[in-house]
Amino acid sequence: MNVIRYHNQGRSDLAQTFDRFAALRGEMDRLFDGSFGPVFRTPGSFSRWAPALDVYQDKDQFTVVAELPGLKKEDIELSLQNGVLTISGERKQEKKSEEGYRSERFFGRFQRSVTLPTSVDGDKVKATYQDGILKVVLPKAEEAKPKQIEVSIG
Amino acid sequence: MNILSQEHLKSAHQATEHTAYVAPYVDIESTDSGYVLRAEMPGVNRDSIEITVEDGNLVLVGQRQPLSAGGEPLHRETRQLSYRRVYELDPSIDTNKISARIEQGILSVNLPKAESLKSRRITLE
Repeated sequence: MNVIRYHNQGRSDLAQTFDRFAALRGEMDRLFDGSFGPVFRTPGSFSRWAPALDVYQDKDQFTVVAELPGLKKEDIELSLQNGVLTISGERKQEKKSEEGYRSERFFGRFQRSVTLPTSVDGDKVKATYQDGILKVVLPKAEEAKPKQIEVSIG
Repeated sequence: MNILSQEHLKSAHQATEHTAYVAPYVDIESTDSGYVLRAEMPGVNRDSIEITVEDGNLVLVGQRQPLSAGGEPLHRETRQLSYRRVYELDPSIDTNKISARIEQGILSVNLPKAESLKSRRITLE
């Protein structure tokens, strides 16, 4: 399985420095234990706005969980193509005034992709969004059927 | 901004003796009538949030609801920790009028200034 965090816009020097550390940490993880540390090995872990994401598996299905607080259902886009689930969208800022603002949160576009280990039944994919958590359930398919679908959030 | 000034690290630390918490990302907006604080707490709903004012501190605690995702984890980035953050309240804030709501994992806390402290325009006679 392959999970990549995408980030490109607005990368600060500091974030890039952290990325280099993350890359180094990744190298070390590979040296000592090939099976661990996917999070730290991920390029761009410290840059802006890429939601945290989990993938779970049981015998029937995969479940992808993403932390996306403060979005509207309509602002989340999901697509499944060639066994790659892509979650993207935009978080808009609620603030009204430019003055007197202290900010730690991230806004703007985001995108994450997950390559699923086995093929899934694209027609039966279901997604829910509650308490700022997106949950996508992807039932496993009997055989691979390459096609592209758009998934609406229910 | 001389507001909800420094985070009260001491009391935040005391709480971690029993439960591990993570500090949520917070934005604070200053308005004419007070402050609006917005904290990111994915996985928290309105029944699992606790807001208290004690000794001039605003304490925000959000208990994360357990994930209902079945099976073995293949990849994990989320931290299944509850949220806690403490702010020292500016004395201008009317603690009786603090209100809050949570929507899709964003806790919004409205912190209005006391009426007598609001800025007002004085017209010349």
